[in-house]
Amino acid sequence: MVKTEKCRIIENKKVGPDFYRLKIIAPLIAIKARPGQFVHIRCSGPAGILLRRPFSIHKINNANVSAYQRINVSAQKQGWIEIFYKTVGKGTEALARKKPGEIINVIGPLGNGFSIPRKINSAILVAGGMGVAPLLLLAEELQKSNCKLQKLNLNPSSSIQHPGSRIIVLIGAKTKKELLCENEFKNLGCTVKVSTDDGSKGYKGLVTGLLENVVRRTSYVIRKNKRSTVYACGPKAMLREVSRIAAKHKIPCQVSLEEDMACGIGACYGCPVNTKQGYKLVCKDGPVFNAGEIV
Amino acid sequence: MKLTTHHSPLTTDLSVNIAGIKMKNPVMCGSGTFAFGEEYAEFFDLKEMGAIVTKTITLKPRKGNPPPRIKETYSGMLNCIGLQNPGTEAFIRDKMPVLRKPGIPIIVSIGGETEQEYTDITRELKGVRGVSGIELNISCPNLHPHLSPLPSRERKEKERLRMFAQDEKAAAGVVRRVRRITRLPLIVKLSPNVTDIKIIARAVERAGADAVSLINTPLGMAINLEKRTPCLSNTTGGLSGPAIKPIALRMVREVYNTVRIPIIGMGGIMDARDALEFMVCGAKAVAVGTANFVNPRAIPEIIDGIRKYMVENRIKKIGLLVGSLKAK
Ligand SMILES: Cc1cc2nc3c(=O)[nH]c(=O)nc-3n(C[C@H](O)[C@H](O)[C@H](O)COP(=O)(O)OP(=O)(O)OC[C@H]3O[C@@H](n4cnc5c(N)ncnc54)[C@H](O)[C@@H]3O)c2cc1C
Ligand SMILES: Cc1cc2nc3c(=O)[nH]c(=O)nc-3n(C[C@H](O)[C@H](O)[C@H](O)COP(=O)(O)O)c2cc1C
Ligand code: FES
Repeated sequence: MVKTEKCRIIENKKVGPDFYRLKIIAPLIAIKARPGQFVHIRCSGPAGILLRRPFSIHKINNANVSAYQRINVSAQKQGWIEIFYKTVGKGTEALARKKPGEIINVIGPLGNGFSIPRKINSAILVAGGMGVAPLLLLAEELQKSNCKLQKLNLNPSSSIQHPGSRIIVLIGAKTKKELLCENEFKNLGCTVKVSTDDGSKGYKGLVTGLLENVVRRTSYVIRKNKRSTVYACGPKAMLREVSRIAAKHKIPCQVSLEEDMACGIGACYGCPVNTKQGYKLVCKDGPVFNAGEIV
Repeated sequence: MKLTTHHSPLTTDLSVNIAGIKMKNPVMCGSGTFAFGEEYAEFFDLKEMGAIVTKTITLKPRKGNPPPRIKETYSGMLNCIGLQNPGTEAFIRDKMPVLRKPGIPIIVSIGGETEQEYTDITRELKGVRGVSGIELNISCPNLHPHLSPLPSRERKEKERLRMFAQDEKAAAGVVRRVRRITRLPLIVKLSPNVTDIKIIARAVERAGADAVSLINTPLGMAINLEKRTPCLSNTTGGLSGPAIKPIALRMVREVYNTVRIPIIGMGGIMDARDALEFMVCGAKAVAVGTANFVNPRAIPEIIDGIRKYMVENRIKKIGLLVGSLKAK
């Protein structure tokens, strides 16, 4: 019974043409959240927009974990989360007007996040546009699991030299200006490749073209171990193509889906996705699904 | 110590009795906005509710409509869920055991395309432990495709299957048949998509309904101008939320002036004041729908708000408020 929080805004910063980062104090959400889960936010008061809006959890800072034990007690209670959003309509625009210090009502963490297979040793993350949002937290988590593996796997003849090279991040956008989070992923130690539709930076074309290239070149690593996973978040058409490529190369693939939501918790049946077992709910059964399930 | 009786919550009586269903307060959930309760149990103790009304179940499982199923509109939302539900058998097997846990009255909402389907479900529910009453949803606006360019034969077929609640004879017919085979309290859910709701209310009362609940959603539409398509997969959908409250209040008042059986009022209730307005208009109990999506703790907060209002206004029994609207 701890899923609703009244959260104080620490920061709500414009970081690009229509892009914002919102950091809120949410210790109860921060402590439970897993990569791929989302929060459901009331973007304005009772007289404004009626329904909440869903946003992926982009970053977490859990002041409670042992690594932070030296922080004073009050700071420990100040666990925060960050969301990364683009203004596309009334709700996100209302959110963008919120100032630090204001309180917003948040439910979360909701949904089932990405699953990280226990024996995973490499991953390809594919982000289209805002799709970077949940993938950054995932990369962080993968990095942790990777570190553990690294300790067990100090074999110098290992084909992988860098711990970071085990996580390849492919980011696609229309233009250079809309490429998001490149540095954040690099700072985590991931190998980052980008694509733009107009060729203003990186590979010219769709991120799925880039994926095709990367998979073709690295698949000997992946096939040898069968311990890789493709994780993707972005527009529907992109996810369909990513799923196809992954299936072709027999790499397990998880996709994070979007659907307009009302309740966000599985009570209204408003957010179905057609799967091999019939309709499932994006908010409750997802938003992350195994690509093979989706029809 | 001096006893200030009128200020003590102990003397504030929120309990109501709807056709034999004893509720400790007049607040329940609107069918279809609360699924089968499990999701909301994470936000509050369901024991606090007056009663729980299930998502409408049909005889066989229903897949529901394809996405998109919802679209927000000004102060409201459209939905065309299409009665997605696991079917009666799976409901009894999988959902009833969970629903029984909080120990509050359970009202099972049932729907169908034919009279036979309603009576078949009612028979299956017979003897199922914990069922306190049946709500006949004869007003779901999303069972049939509206306005969509179907091939003509199929279209005629579908149009024959009109909404029961839009025709006094059809409404009375289904109520009479279900009445004959059950002693459970029978609530009939009415549609606002009619010329005169009083006629339908009177017809179902005569046919043996123990209570009416209103309103289900008025039909609406939303357009994607860029694509020049409807926003919803089913073209039309039911409108809910604060946008429909004035219509709902008016209809509750009209029905209150027409029938003797109790009314469960709903449509855009967001807080305790909204709920109290419905009661003043004549609703003996209220249902909270869309508000649950916005605030998952809406129901307990509304119950607290009603109690507070009663204490502040020295109202000892909630029944005293019902229908207390004064002439202007
Ligand atoms: C699980 C989940 C996680 C999400 N995470 C993020 C995130 O981290 N960052 C982010 O910026 N956005 C995210 N979204 C999308 C975000 O919820 C929508 O952009 C937001 O609801 C739009 O609200 P609005 O009122 O501003 O726009 P509206 O006025 O509702 O719509 C404006 C335009 O946006 C489109 N739109 C509306 N809702 C969605 C949606 N759910 N998905 C795609 N397009 C939509 C509409 O079709 C319309 O063209 C996520 C969505 C889901 C379901
Ligand atoms: C998503 C959604 C699903 C609904 N499903 C049902 C249903 O299955 N059966 C039913 O009788 N009413 C259904 N309703 C109607 C509500 O029970 C209620 O009558 C209506 O929404 C008005 O109340 P509100 O404005 O408080 O939501 C549904 C409403 C919504 C928003
Ligand atoms: S948004 Fe209500 S079920 Fe998913």
